[in-house]
Amino acid sequence: MSVRHSLLALLQEQPRYGYQLRAEFEQRTGSTWPLNIGQVYTTLDRLERDGLVTNDGDDGDGHVIYRLTSSGAEEARNWFAKPVAATNPPRNELAIKLALAVTLPGVDVQAVIQAQRSASMRSLQDYTKARRTTAAHDRPEDTAWLLVLDSLIYGTEAEVRWLDHCESRMLQLSTQNAARPLTRSVGDSALGAEADHIIHNHGGRK
Amino acid sequence: MSQVLQLEGVGRTFGEGATSVAALRNVSLTINAGEFVAVMGPSGSGKSSLLALAGGLDRPTSGEIFVESTPLSRLTLNELARLRRRAVGYVFQDFNLVPTLTAAENVSLPRELDGVPVRKARRQAKDALRIVGIEALADRFMDEMSGGQQQRVAIARAIVGDRHLILADEPTGALDSATGDEIMGVLRHRADEGSAVMLVTHEARHAAWSDRVVFIRDGRIVDQSEAANDPASLLAQSGL
Repeated sequence: MSVRHSLLALLQEQPRYGYQLRAEFEQRTGSTWPLNIGQVYTTLDRLERDGLVTNDGDDGDGHVIYRLTSSGAEEARNWFAKPVAATNPPRNELAIKLALAVTLPGVDVQAVIQAQRSASMRSLQDYTKARRTTAAHDRPEDTAWLLVLDSLIYGTEAEVRWLDHCESRMLQLSTQNAARPLTRSVGDSALGAEADHIIHNHGGRK
Repeated sequence: MSQVLQLEGVGRTFGEGATSVAALRNVSLTINAGEFVAVMGPSGSGKSSLLALAGGLDRPTSGEIFVESTPLSRLTLNELARLRRRAVGYVFQDFNLVPTLTAAENVSLPRELDGVPVRKARRQAKDALRIVGIEALADRFMDEMSGGQQQRVAIARAIVGDRHLILADEPTGALDSATGDEIMGVLRHRADEGSAVMLVTHEARHAAWSDRVVFIRDGRIVDQSEAANDPASLLAQSGL
């Protein structure tokens, strides 16, 4: 998450002080990614150092008001214009765990998959419940939060589907070679390929 | 909270001897009034067998099933049929509606078969159609309705006459994603109003509307996940 660009984007709307920026950010994202006020001020200091914001001094109530410079406005516009670049491929603990589980001896792969599926399903239930409850209020100010929830729902749904896919691949493999149980031995080339398959087919969240 | 459906050590085996296949093994599960439970599992895991047993469409080879505290094994076939009509509503993927009947007639049919006077059965059907939000379509035939509207008719038929156990087998399978969500909303609302709902699905996004997800594999319940009582708790955990 780019705190730097989020603050620049909020300053596009109007000049603001640190606490206002934090409140606006959290209100628009449903407090999903809480911001530490210290992190906000550190980021503002760096933005000022880089010439992207300037401060107007104290507003009389003890608040230091920040506004965008023309370079800052351009940086904010560029942020919206450019797609988010994922690191290639994103480091994904779950994909790494599964890839190791299928290639190491003594790991019950089905149990690993099921434990994750239950946890992911619980998250999906919670997100869905929160979305239902929020949508029932039918308030325009909830739009941003509902979109964040949708993102969480789609991401978690993709993760569950990928887990289903992993399980069916493992079952396929064990059916093809009944002598080879789901608990694996090191150096198994078919399983090395399977680990590659798992990593490259993962469409879940970061 | 009252138990609407209870399975105790239920097993179902098809065939005998070396060629027998165990579809369900020692399954115990309770669904209370006001609870929405989703059953998930791979193809052939026993999901649909579980649903058929829960609704008295099939008999277990071991264990006992209670619907509203009545043990199904002690009922004659006629008594079982009567209990099904009185207490259990089914919703299927392909709707199973009669195309030559209107929506209201489809919904009132099980009541009329149960001996309820036609006028009263039609009034109950209108009430059920109102509950699922399509009272205005009561006189339409099935080919005049969308898939989502037909599934609402099927849900109205499942709840008509104050039935409190709804068993749904992949009810969104023939619907697009948005309409599927609408149907989940209707089932969720029925549970919130006090019905017990059991949904069989392979779609995680639809199972997520439930209070509890039961995972089944090789005829056994292998895990369950329950939604948090306080959705706000998710804020703390989603530090992505």
